[in-house]
Amino acid sequence: MSQTTTPTTSPASPETPSAHRGRRRHPSLASRLATANVFWIFAVLVALVVFFTAMEPNFANPLNIRSIAADNSALLVLAVGMTFVIITAGIDLSIGSVLIFSGVVAAKVMLALGSDPSDPSAGATDAGWGVIGIGILAGLVAGLSWGLVNGFLVAKARIPPLIATLGTLGMALGASYLITGGTDVRGLPTRFASTIGFGLLFGVVPWLVVIAAVVALGLGLVLAYTQFGRHTYAIGSNPEAARRVGIRVERHLVKVYALMGLLAGLAGVMSLAHFSTTTISGHSADNLAAIAAVVLGGTSLFGGIGTMAGSVIGVLIPAVMQSGFVTIGVNPYWQNVAVGAVLVAAVYLDQVRRRERHSPK
Amino acid sequence: MAAPLLEARALTKTYGHVQALRGANFSAYAGEVVALIGDNGAGKSTLVKCLSGTEQPDGGEIRFEDRPVWMETPADAQRLGIEAVYQDLALAADLDPAANLFLGRELRRGGILGWLGVLDTRRMRERSTAAFAELGIELPDVSTPVSALSGGQRQSVAVARSVAWASKVVFMDEPTAALGVVQRERVLDVIRRVRDRGIAVVLISHNMPEVLAVSDRVEVLRLGRRVARFKTADASLDDLVAAMTGALEAEGDAA
Repeated sequence: MSQTTTPTTSPASPETPSAHRGRRRHPSLASRLATANVFWIFAVLVALVVFFTAMEPNFANPLNIRSIAADNSALLVLAVGMTFVIITAGIDLSIGSVLIFSGVVAAKVMLALGSDPSDPSAGATDAGWGVIGIGILAGLVAGLSWGLVNGFLVAKARIPPLIATLGTLGMALGASYLITGGTDVRGLPTRFASTIGFGLLFGVVPWLVVIAAVVALGLGLVLAYTQFGRHTYAIGSNPEAARRVGIRVERHLVKVYALMGLLAGLAGVMSLAHFSTTTISGHSADNLAAIAAVVLGGTSLFGGIGTMAGSVIGVLIPAVMQSGFVTIGVNPYWQNVAVGAVLVAAVYLDQVRRRERHSPK
Repeated sequence: MAAPLLEARALTKTYGHVQALRGANFSAYAGEVVALIGDNGAGKSTLVKCLSGTEQPDGGEIRFEDRPVWMETPADAQRLGIEAVYQDLALAADLDPAANLFLGRELRRGGILGWLGVLDTRRMRERSTAAFAELGIELPDVSTPVSALSGGQRQSVAVARSVAWASKVVFMDEPTAALGVVQRERVLDVIRRVRDRGIAVVLISHNMPEVLAVSDRVEVLRLGRRVARFKTADASLDDLVAAMTGALEAEGDAA
């Protein structure tokens, strides 16, 4: 950039300092990109897709891409909430259990309202949109409630988030088993599964993907451009500083955990629709998957730093690896090994960056 | 002299078994720099926290413009026009200087976007650039995070933030502690310029030459009480040290 404005000046020339400052005031798009974490992880994602497609052209098949996206929609919704939580320097381990609990509540409500009293064994398969809507709402409220509990435990009772949400992880999972007696709820409305679960918008894009994309885009904008987002970063960066300028830190934290709970509830509804049943034993690693995605995406576990775009890519990298390994005939469990290693490396780099920052200049 | 702009009367504050303030008095007048000095543990920080709304005293009275006030939060103090720069800076290091300047007082866009909470980042950057320029603070880029700035630049941002918002009183807790000679002079210039706007500047400092150079008055705390008051013009370094160490007590319990 400076070459174009002062092409012939030597380092000693008087114009150099101002040209230099001008460059620092307005960093070019290219230099911004090169230093942005998001750019690098996006490059990794592209490289993975190119690699798998080169190895097996069938990988780029639209059907395969569609199924990768649909299978990871609920995880993306969880990662969106987790991005907010981790930027506040918090963590939420309970999301998998809250997801299950919300799905169970939604399913039970649909069954209770939609089944024929004269033939209860048939379930609620014929139920209409009214019943489905109330069920969805019940699931969302259930998720929101657990989120509020987490928020109060973390912000008001000042229990460390790791322990508070470990506690609610157990409680929400236990409650789900108590409600269902340990067997998955079946007999859900077929309309629910055939639209939200595996229906396609315009016959192309799965509804699950549409929901996840709208959530990620909307809350990504909130994070980047609104006062709510700004305060989320400020609290993660320096809660004391936020408190001193009058930001209501506790109230904001309650809102962030409540949002996480609400999104876990939504993910529960999406999962319920996708599988047509409450997969109560199938989400014990969702919390770690969401945390891994967010951290891979460049969000700092120490708070204050992170982007929604990064989290979206962080969800897609393990998803692409998993599918790619299957496609090229490598044991897909290698994906777990690879993601684990990359995760450790990402946190290590974050630590190094932090240490450099706190050293005196 | 007229009534003080901000006054503490017989403040007490206890943390567990530690009595940080034992009936401390303090007063600050508009358009002056008053230095608040005392040895470590004399209660300076606690007094400042009480007078800026960060902590609440257990007993005593805080008066502002000759009326008793109760400040539950820093926001209450800010509404009265009282700001503080803390020793530990209290900046959000991951945010840029402009975001820090407007932290908690963000400007929103107009219309429906503003109602949705959308920030007017451009206007905040422009105003921040102007505020920094007014105080002679040079920053490489108002959009790089504070964590990328030098210690002196961070200090400048913290000082600029409080000065930009203070309309009545500004507390500066060791504002030059981390600075080099040139930057220190610049901050002292800023302090004088703020005083000349008619604002009361309360300077907390361990640096006695600095106190003598910039303050109009000095109040001395010792063991949680005010033990002496000086007009800077009449005071010597020895007087200040004597008062801080307890060798001299120029003021009884009544004040």
